[in-house]
Amino acid sequence: MAEMQVQDKGKKGGKPKTKKHATRVDLTPMVDLGFLLITFFMLTTSMLKPQTMEISVPSKDKVEEDEQNKVKASQAITILLGKEGKLYYYFGATENGVEPELVETDYSSEGIRKMLVSKNAEVMNNVNQLKLDKANKKVSEEDYLKKLSEYKSAKGAPTILIKASDESSYKNLVDILDEMNICNLARYAIVDITPEDLGMIDKKTPPAK
Amino acid sequence: MPKVKVPRKSTVVDMTAMCDVAFLLLTFFMLTSNFVAKEPIVVAVPSSISEIKIPERDIATVLIDKDGKVFFGLDTQQDRKELLDYVGQAYSVSFSEKELTEFSKISMFGVPIGKMKAFLALPTEARDSKEAALGIPADSLNNEFSTWMKTARKVNRNLRLAIKADSQTPYKVVKSVMTTLQDINENRYNLITSLEQVSTK
Repeated sequence: MAEMQVQDKGKKGGKPKTKKHATRVDLTPMVDLGFLLITFFMLTTSMLKPQTMEISVPSKDKVEEDEQNKVKASQAITILLGKEGKLYYYFGATENGVEPELVETDYSSEGIRKMLVSKNAEVMNNVNQLKLDKANKKVSEEDYLKKLSEYKSAKGAPTILIKASDESSYKNLVDILDEMNICNLARYAIVDITPEDLGMIDKKTPPAK
Repeated sequence: MPKVKVPRKSTVVDMTAMCDVAFLLLTFFMLTSNFVAKEPIVVAVPSSISEIKIPERDIATVLIDKDGKVFFGLDTQQDRKELLDYVGQAYSVSFSEKELTEFSKISMFGVPIGKMKAFLALPTEARDSKEAALGIPADSLNNEFSTWMKTARKVNRNLRLAIKADSQTPYKVVKSVMTTLQDINENRYNLITSLEQVSTK
Protein backbone atom coordinates (compact mmCIF):
# COMPACT_ATOMS: atom_id res chain seq x y z
CA MET A 1 0.00 0.00 0.00
CA ALA A 2 1.13 3.47 -0.69
CA GLU A 3 2.81 4.78 2.36
CA MET A 4 4.26 8.13 3.16
CA GLN A 5 7.92 8.01 3.41
CA VAL A 6 9.27 10.35 5.96
CA GLN A 7 12.69 11.24 4.83
CA ASP A 8 15.28 11.84 7.40
CA LYS A 9 17.61 14.65 6.62
CA GLY A 10 21.05 13.61 5.75
CA LYS A 11 23.02 13.63 8.88
CA LYS A 12 26.45 13.95 7.54
CA GLY A 13 25.77 16.26 4.64
CA GLY A 14 26.31 13.36 2.31
CA LYS A 15 23.85 12.20 -0.24
CA PRO A 16 20.52 11.64 1.40
CA LYS A 17 19.65 8.00 1.05
CA THR A 18 16.27 7.72 -0.56
CA LYS A 19 14.50 4.66 0.50
CA LYS A 20 13.36 2.56 -2.38
CA HIS A 21 9.60 2.78 -2.87
CA ALA A 22 7.75 -0.41 -3.09
CA THR A 23 6.56 -0.60 -6.70
CA ARG A 24 3.69 -2.84 -5.76
CA VAL A 25 0.30 -1.30 -5.71
CA ASP A 26 -2.63 -3.12 -4.29
CA LEU A 27 -4.81 -3.91 -7.28
CA THR A 28 -7.78 -5.32 -5.43
CA PRO A 29 -10.03 -2.24 -5.75
CA MET A 30 -9.14 -2.00 -9.42
CA VAL A 31 -10.17 -5.61 -9.98
CA ASP A 32 -13.35 -4.94 -8.08
CA LEU A 33 -14.11 -2.04 -10.34
CA GLY A 34 -13.27 -4.07 -13.41
CA PHE A 35 -15.63 -6.84 -12.51
CA LEU A 36 -18.34 -4.42 -11.54
CA LEU A 37 -18.21 -2.87 -14.98
CA ILE A 38 -18.13 -6.27 -16.64
CA THR A 39 -21.24 -7.25 -14.78
CA PHE A 40 -22.94 -4.07 -15.87
CA PHE A 41 -22.10 -4.60 -19.51
CA MET A 42 -23.04 -8.23 -19.40
CA LEU A 43 -26.43 -7.43 -18.03
CA THR A 44 -27.24 -4.56 -20.33
CA THR A 45 -26.09 -6.02 -23.61
CA SER A 46 -28.12 -8.14 -25.90
CA MET A 47 -25.68 -10.55 -27.39
CA LEU A 48 -28.26 -12.43 -29.35
CA LYS A 49 -29.84 -10.56 -32.12
CA PRO A 50 -33.43 -11.52 -32.66
CA GLN A 51 -34.30 -13.80 -35.49
CA THR A 52 -36.50 -12.53 -38.22
CA MET A 53 -38.61 -13.96 -40.90
CA GLU A 54 -38.60 -12.04 -44.09
CA ILE A 55 -41.81 -11.77 -45.96
CA SER A 56 -42.78 -9.67 -48.87
CA VAL A 57 -46.34 -9.09 -49.81
CA PRO A 58 -47.57 -8.05 -53.23
CA SER A 59 -48.14 -4.36 -53.59
CA LYS A 60 -51.61 -2.93 -53.92
CA ASP A 61 -51.73 -2.52 -57.68
CA LYS A 62 -50.22 -5.95 -58.17
CA VAL A 63 -52.98 -7.61 -56.20
CA GLU A 64 -55.57 -6.92 -58.80
CA GLU A 65 -53.34 -8.33 -61.45
CA ASP A 66 -52.83 -11.43 -59.37
CA GLU A 67 -56.49 -11.98 -59.11
CA GLN A 68 -56.67 -12.35 -62.84
CA ASN A 69 -54.29 -15.23 -63.04
CA LYS A 70 -56.13 -17.31 -60.55
CA VAL A 71 -54.28 -20.09 -58.92
CA LYS A 72 -54.81 -23.35 -60.68
CA ALA A 73 -57.35 -25.18 -58.57
CA SER A 74 -55.63 -28.52 -58.87
CA GLN A 75 -52.48 -27.21 -57.31
CA ALA A 76 -54.01 -25.04 -54.67
CA ILE A 77 -54.12 -25.93 -51.04
CA THR A 78 -55.99 -23.54 -48.83
CA ILE A 79 -55.11 -23.43 -45.19
CA LEU A 80 -57.57 -21.83 -42.83
CA LEU A 81 -56.46 -20.62 -39.45
CA GLY A 82 -59.34 -20.77 -37.04
CA LYS A 83 -59.73 -19.62 -33.50
CA GLU A 84 -58.06 -21.22 -30.51
CA GLY A 85 -55.31 -22.75 -32.56
CA LYS A 86 -57.62 -24.69 -34.84
CA LEU A 87 -56.37 -25.41 -38.30
CA TYR A 88 -58.18 -26.58 -41.41
CA TYR A 89 -57.21 -27.20 -44.96
CA TYR A 90 -58.82 -28.14 -48.23
CA PHE A 91 -57.63 -28.82 -51.73
CA GLY A 92 -58.77 -26.96 -54.76
CA ALA A 93 -61.50 -24.40 -54.66
CA THR A 94 -65.24 -24.14 -54.52
CA GLU A 95 -66.44 -25.02 -57.99
CA ASN A 96 -69.99 -24.81 -59.29
CA GLY A 97 -71.21 -24.47 -55.77
CA VAL A 98 -69.62 -27.71 -54.71
CA GLU A 99 -67.54 -27.16 -51.65
CA PRO A 100 -64.32 -29.12 -51.26
CA GLU A 101 -63.94 -31.27 -48.22
CA LEU A 102 -62.55 -29.43 -45.23
CA VAL A 103 -60.06 -31.36 -43.11
CA GLU A 104 -59.24 -30.37 -39.59
CA THR A 105 -55.66 -30.76 -38.47
CA ASP A 106 -53.18 -29.23 -36.06
CA TYR A 107 -49.82 -27.46 -36.01
CA SER A 108 -47.81 -30.49 -34.99
CA SER A 109 -45.38 -32.25 -37.26
CA GLU A 110 -47.89 -35.07 -37.56
CA GLY A 111 -50.63 -32.74 -38.67
CA ILE A 112 -50.22 -30.07 -41.24
CA ARG A 113 -46.58 -30.80 -41.94
CA LYS A 114 -47.25 -34.39 -42.88
CA MET A 115 -49.81 -33.28 -45.40
CA LEU A 116 -47.61 -30.57 -46.85
CA VAL A 117 -44.59 -32.82 -47.08
CA SER A 118 -46.56 -35.50 -48.86
CA LYS A 119 -47.92 -32.94 -51.30
CA ASN A 120 -44.50 -31.51 -51.88
CA ALA A 121 -42.54 -34.76 -51.82
CA GLU A 122 -40.66 -34.22 -55.02
CA VAL A 123 -39.35 -30.83 -54.05
CA MET A 124 -38.55 -32.03 -50.55
CA ASN A 125 -36.48 -34.88 -51.94
CA ASN A 126 -34.63 -32.66 -54.32
CA VAL A 127 -33.88 -30.08 -51.67
CA ASN A 128 -32.80 -32.64 -49.12
CA GLN A 129 -30.47 -34.20 -51.66
CA LEU A 130 -29.12 -30.78 -52.45
CA LYS A 131 -28.53 -30.01 -48.80
CA LEU A 132 -26.72 -33.30 -48.42
CA ASP A 133 -24.55 -32.46 -51.39
CA LYS A 134 -23.78 -29.13 -49.91
CA ALA A 135 -22.84 -30.66 -46.60
CA ASN A 136 -20.46 -32.96 -48.46
CA LYS A 137 -19.10 -29.97 -50.37
CA LYS A 138 -20.21 -31.32 -53.71
CA VAL A 139 -21.89 -28.11 -54.76
CA SER A 140 -20.70 -24.56 -54.32
CA GLU A 141 -22.61 -21.94 -52.40
CA GLU A 142 -23.68 -20.19 -55.58
CA ASP A 143 -24.95 -23.31 -57.26
CA TYR A 144 -26.70 -24.26 -54.10
CA LEU A 145 -28.73 -21.08 -53.94
CA LYS A 146 -29.48 -21.20 -57.63
CA LYS A 147 -30.63 -24.77 -57.54
CA LEU A 148 -32.57 -24.24 -54.38
CA SER A 149 -34.73 -21.57 -55.87
CA GLU A 150 -35.04 -23.64 -59.03
CA TYR A 151 -36.27 -26.67 -57.15
CA LYS A 152 -38.60 -24.67 -55.00
CA SER A 153 -40.33 -23.06 -57.94
CA ALA A 154 -40.73 -26.36 -59.74
CA LYS A 155 -43.93 -26.82 -61.67
CA GLY A 156 -45.41 -29.55 -59.56
CA ALA A 157 -45.10 -27.69 -56.30
CA PRO A 158 -48.41 -26.81 -54.71
CA THR A 159 -49.54 -23.28 -54.15
CA ILE A 160 -50.63 -22.51 -50.64
CA LEU A 161 -53.23 -19.94 -49.79
CA ILE A 162 -53.09 -18.96 -46.18
CA LYS A 163 -56.31 -17.54 -44.91
CA ALA A 164 -56.29 -16.43 -41.35
CA SER A 165 -59.54 -15.68 -39.64
CA ASP A 166 -59.80 -12.69 -37.35
CA GLU A 167 -59.87 -14.91 -34.29
CA SER A 168 -56.57 -16.58 -35.00
CA SER A 169 -53.50 -15.25 -33.28
CA TYR A 170 -50.27 -13.90 -34.65
CA LYS A 171 -48.51 -17.01 -33.42
CA ASN A 172 -50.65 -19.13 -35.70
CA LEU A 173 -49.60 -17.07 -38.66
CA VAL A 174 -45.93 -17.32 -37.81
CA ASP A 175 -46.28 -21.04 -37.24
CA ILE A 176 -47.80 -21.51 -40.64
CA LEU A 177 -45.18 -19.38 -42.35
CA ASP A 178 -42.65 -21.49 -40.54
CA GLU A 179 -44.18 -24.63 -41.95
CA MET A 180 -43.82 -23.13 -45.40
CA ASN A 181 -40.10 -22.79 -44.78
CA ILE A 182 -39.77 -26.25 -43.32
CA CYS A 183 -41.61 -27.83 -46.20
CA ASN A 184 -39.66 -25.83 -48.79
CA LEU A 185 -42.74 -24.26 -50.22
CA ALA A 186 -41.95 -21.10 -52.09
CA ARG A 187 -45.36 -20.40 -53.50
CA TYR A 188 -47.63 -19.18 -50.81
CA ALA A 189 -49.71 -16.14 -50.19
CA ILE A 190 -51.54 -14.65 -47.29
CA VAL A 191 -55.05 -13.95 -48.44
CA ASP A 192 -58.09 -12.50 -46.79
CA ILE A 193 -60.55 -15.06 -45.58
CA THR A 194 -63.85 -15.20 -47.40
CA PRO A 195 -67.32 -15.64 -45.90
CA GLU A 196 -67.56 -19.01 -47.66
CA ASP A 197 -64.48 -20.23 -45.86
CA LEU A 198 -65.85 -19.07 -42.56
CA GLY A 199 -69.09 -20.85 -43.35
CA MET A 200 -67.19 -24.04 -44.00
CA ILE A 201 -65.45 -23.79 -40.65
CA ASP A 202 -68.77 -23.18 -38.94
CA LYS A 203 -70.21 -26.27 -40.52
CA LYS A 204 -67.24 -28.30 -39.40
CA THR A 205 -67.30 -27.23 -35.79
CA PRO A 206 -69.93 -29.00 -33.75
CA PRO A 207 -72.59 -26.64 -32.47
CA ALA A 208 -71.97 -25.30 -29.01
CA LYS A 209 -73.70 -27.12 -26.21
CA MET B 1 5.46 -33.26 21.93
CA PRO B 2 6.59 -30.04 20.51
CA LYS B 3 4.08 -28.15 18.50
CA VAL B 4 4.71 -28.08 14.79
CA LYS B 5 5.07 -24.53 13.83
CA VAL B 6 3.28 -23.68 10.67
CA PRO B 7 5.16 -20.95 8.97
CA ARG B 8 2.98 -17.95 8.38
CA LYS B 9 2.48 -17.12 4.78
CA SER B 10 1.49 -13.79 3.46
CA THR B 11 -2.13 -13.70 2.35
CA VAL B 12 -1.51 -11.07 -0.27
CA VAL B 13 -2.02 -12.43 -3.76
CA ASP B 14 -0.75 -10.72 -6.82
CA MET B 15 -3.80 -9.08 -8.32
CA THR B 16 -2.17 -7.95 -11.55
CA ALA B 17 -3.16 -11.01 -13.53
CA MET B 18 -6.71 -10.88 -12.28
CA CYS B 19 -6.90 -7.23 -13.13
CA ASP B 20 -5.67 -7.95 -16.64
CA VAL B 21 -8.35 -10.53 -17.17
CA ALA B 22 -11.05 -8.29 -15.79
CA PHE B 23 -10.19 -5.43 -18.09
CA LEU B 24 -9.76 -7.66 -21.07
CA LEU B 25 -13.27 -8.95 -20.59
CA LEU B 26 -14.49 -5.45 -19.95
CA THR B 27 -13.03 -4.27 -23.24
CA PHE B 28 -14.61 -7.18 -25.03
CA PHE B 29 -18.04 -6.48 -23.64
CA MET B 30 -17.78 -2.79 -24.31
CA LEU B 31 -16.88 -3.33 -27.91
CA THR B 32 -19.41 -6.02 -28.69
CA SER B 33 -22.29 -4.55 -26.81
CA ASN B 34 -25.32 -2.95 -28.23
CA PHE B 35 -27.73 -1.92 -25.63
CA VAL B 36 -31.09 -3.44 -25.18
CA ALA B 37 -33.57 -0.93 -26.46
CA LYS B 38 -36.16 -0.18 -23.87
CA GLU B 39 -39.61 -1.19 -24.91
CA PRO B 40 -42.70 0.29 -23.37
CA ILE B 41 -44.39 -3.07 -23.09
CA VAL B 42 -43.28 -6.64 -22.75
CA VAL B 43 -43.85 -8.69 -25.82
CA ALA B 44 -43.41 -12.44 -26.09
CA VAL B 45 -42.55 -13.11 -29.69
CA PRO B 46 -43.47 -16.41 -31.30
CA SER B 47 -40.73 -18.81 -32.22
CA SER B 48 -39.74 -19.92 -35.67
CA ILE B 49 -36.98 -21.88 -37.32
CA SER B 50 -35.85 -18.91 -39.34
CA GLU B 51 -32.22 -18.11 -38.76
CA ILE B 52 -32.00 -14.81 -40.55
CA LYS B 53 -30.63 -12.16 -38.27
CA ILE B 54 -32.05 -8.73 -38.16
CA PRO B 55 -29.89 -6.12 -39.91
CA GLU B 56 -27.68 -3.96 -37.73
CA ARG B 57 -28.86 -0.52 -38.62
CA ASP B 58 -31.71 1.47 -40.10
CA ILE B 59 -34.53 -0.40 -38.50
CA ALA B 60 -37.98 0.82 -37.78
CA THR B 61 -39.69 -1.42 -35.30
CA VAL B 62 -43.42 -1.79 -35.10
CA LEU B 63 -44.41 -3.28 -31.81
CA ILE B 64 -47.86 -4.76 -31.39
CA ASP B 65 -48.92 -5.93 -27.98
CA LYS B 66 -51.54 -8.43 -26.86
CA ASP B 67 -54.33 -5.88 -26.78
CA GLY B 68 -53.51 -4.65 -30.25
CA LYS B 69 -51.81 -1.44 -29.23
CA VAL B 70 -49.27 -0.28 -31.74
CA PHE B 71 -45.89 1.22 -30.88
CA PHE B 72 -43.29 2.60 -33.16
CA GLY B 73 -39.58 3.21 -32.89
CA LEU B 74 -36.59 4.20 -34.95
CA ASP B 75 -33.05 3.24 -34.06
CA THR B 76 -31.13 6.47 -34.57
CA GLN B 77 -31.60 9.58 -32.50
CA GLN B 78 -31.18 12.03 -35.35
CA ASP B 79 -33.89 10.29 -37.36
CA ARG B 80 -36.27 10.38 -34.43
CA LYS B 81 -35.86 14.10 -34.09
CA GLU B 82 -36.62 14.72 -37.73
CA LEU B 83 -39.49 12.28 -37.59
CA LEU B 84 -41.30 14.12 -34.84
CA ASP B 85 -40.68 17.43 -36.52
CA TYR B 86 -42.24 16.30 -39.78
CA VAL B 87 -45.13 14.45 -38.19
CA GLY B 88 -45.81 17.48 -36.03
CA GLN B 89 -46.02 19.57 -39.16
CA ALA B 90 -48.41 17.12 -40.76
CA TYR B 91 -50.77 17.38 -37.82
CA SER B 92 -49.98 21.09 -37.32
CA VAL B 93 -48.56 20.60 -33.87
CA SER B 94 -45.30 22.43 -33.39
CA PHE B 95 -42.70 21.04 -31.07
CA SER B 96 -40.00 23.05 -29.38
CA GLU B 97 -36.34 22.15 -29.68
CA LYS B 98 -36.41 20.83 -26.14
CA GLU B 99 -39.31 18.56 -26.89
CA LEU B 100 -37.63 17.26 -30.02
CA THR B 101 -34.48 16.44 -28.07
CA GLU B 102 -36.57 14.80 -25.39
CA PHE B 103 -38.33 12.72 -28.02
CA SER B 104 -35.07 11.63 -29.62
CA LYS B 105 -34.15 9.93 -26.37
CA ILE B 106 -37.16 7.66 -26.45
CA SER B 107 -36.45 4.45 -28.29
CA MET B 108 -40.05 3.48 -28.72
CA PHE B 109 -43.28 5.28 -28.17
CA GLY B 110 -46.96 4.69 -28.45
CA VAL B 111 -48.99 7.82 -27.94
CA PRO B 112 -51.43 9.59 -30.21
CA ILE B 113 -50.02 12.78 -31.65
CA GLY B 114 -52.53 14.86 -29.73
CA LYS B 115 -51.13 13.60 -26.46
CA MET B 116 -47.50 13.73 -27.51
CA LYS B 117 -46.82 17.11 -25.90
CA ALA B 118 -48.17 15.97 -22.56
CA PHE B 119 -46.23 12.73 -22.88
CA LEU B 120 -42.95 14.53 -23.48
CA ALA B 121 -43.57 16.77 -20.50
CA LEU B 122 -43.80 13.76 -18.21
CA PRO B 123 -40.78 12.82 -16.15
CA THR B 124 -38.82 9.91 -17.58
CA GLU B 125 -40.07 7.35 -15.07
CA ALA B 126 -43.70 8.17 -15.67
CA ARG B 127 -43.39 7.48 -19.39
CA ASP B 128 -43.02 3.78 -18.76
CA SER B 129 -46.22 3.56 -16.80
CA LYS B 130 -49.18 1.63 -18.10
CA GLU B 131 -51.25 4.78 -18.49
CA ALA B 132 -48.71 6.35 -20.80
CA ALA B 133 -48.67 3.36 -23.14
CA LEU B 134 -51.74 4.18 -25.15
CA GLY B 135 -50.70 2.92 -28.53
CA ILE B 136 -50.70 4.78 -31.80
CA PRO B 137 -54.11 4.92 -33.47
CA ALA B 138 -53.88 2.60 -36.45
CA ASP B 139 -57.47 2.04 -37.52
CA SER B 140 -58.95 3.25 -40.73
CA LEU B 141 -60.72 6.20 -39.10
CA ASN B 142 -57.64 7.82 -37.70
CA ASN B 143 -54.55 6.21 -39.03
CA GLU B 144 -51.69 8.06 -37.41
CA PHE B 145 -49.50 5.03 -37.71
CA SER B 146 -49.58 5.36 -41.46
CA THR B 147 -48.34 8.94 -41.17
CA TRP B 148 -45.53 7.94 -38.84
CA MET B 149 -44.45 5.21 -41.19
CA LYS B 150 -44.59 7.36 -44.28
CA THR B 151 -42.61 10.08 -42.55
CA ALA B 152 -40.06 7.63 -41.25
CA ARG B 153 -39.52 6.48 -44.80
CA LYS B 154 -39.04 10.07 -45.85
CA VAL B 155 -36.51 10.68 -43.11
CA ASN B 156 -34.49 7.59 -43.86
CA ARG B 157 -34.67 5.99 -47.29
CA ASN B 158 -32.86 2.81 -46.31
CA LEU B 159 -35.16 1.96 -43.49
CA ARG B 160 -35.95 -1.69 -42.93
CA LEU B 161 -39.19 -2.55 -41.29
CA ALA B 162 -39.50 -5.05 -38.48
CA ILE B 163 -42.77 -6.16 -36.97
CA LYS B 164 -42.57 -7.44 -33.45
CA ALA B 165 -45.87 -8.72 -32.25
CA ASP B 166 -46.90 -10.73 -29.25
CA SER B 167 -47.78 -14.31 -30.03
CA GLN B 168 -51.23 -13.79 -28.55
CA THR B 169 -52.01 -10.76 -30.68
CA PRO B 170 -55.19 -11.38 -32.63
CA TYR B 171 -54.57 -11.67 -36.33
CA LYS B 172 -57.12 -8.95 -36.93
CA VAL B 173 -54.76 -6.32 -35.55
CA VAL B 174 -51.79 -7.68 -37.41
CA LYS B 175 -53.82 -7.69 -40.57
CA SER B 176 -54.83 -4.08 -40.16
CA VAL B 177 -51.20 -3.09 -39.66
CA MET B 178 -50.19 -5.11 -42.70
CA THR B 179 -52.93 -3.54 -44.77
CA THR B 180 -51.81 -0.10 -43.67
CA LEU B 181 -48.29 -0.93 -44.75
CA GLN B 182 -49.55 -2.24 -48.03
CA ASP B 183 -51.47 0.95 -48.60
CA ILE B 184 -48.34 3.03 -48.33
CA ASN B 185 -46.34 0.62 -50.44
CA GLU B 186 -44.25 -0.97 -47.75
CA ASN B 187 -44.17 -4.47 -49.07
CA ARG B 188 -41.11 -6.02 -47.52
CA TYR B 189 -40.74 -6.46 -43.86
CA ASN B 190 -39.32 -8.71 -41.22
CA LEU B 191 -41.28 -10.51 -38.58
CA ILE B 192 -39.24 -10.76 -35.44
CA THR B 193 -39.28 -14.20 -33.90
CA SER B 194 -37.19 -16.15 -31.47
CA LEU B 195 -35.31 -19.25 -32.37
CA GLU B 196 -37.04 -22.57 -32.06
CA GLN B 197 -35.40 -25.93 -31.81
CA VAL B 198 -36.95 -28.13 -34.38
CA SER B 199 -36.45 -31.76 -35.02
CA THR B 200 -36.45 -32.09 -38.76
CA LYS B 201 -37.82 -35.37 -39.77
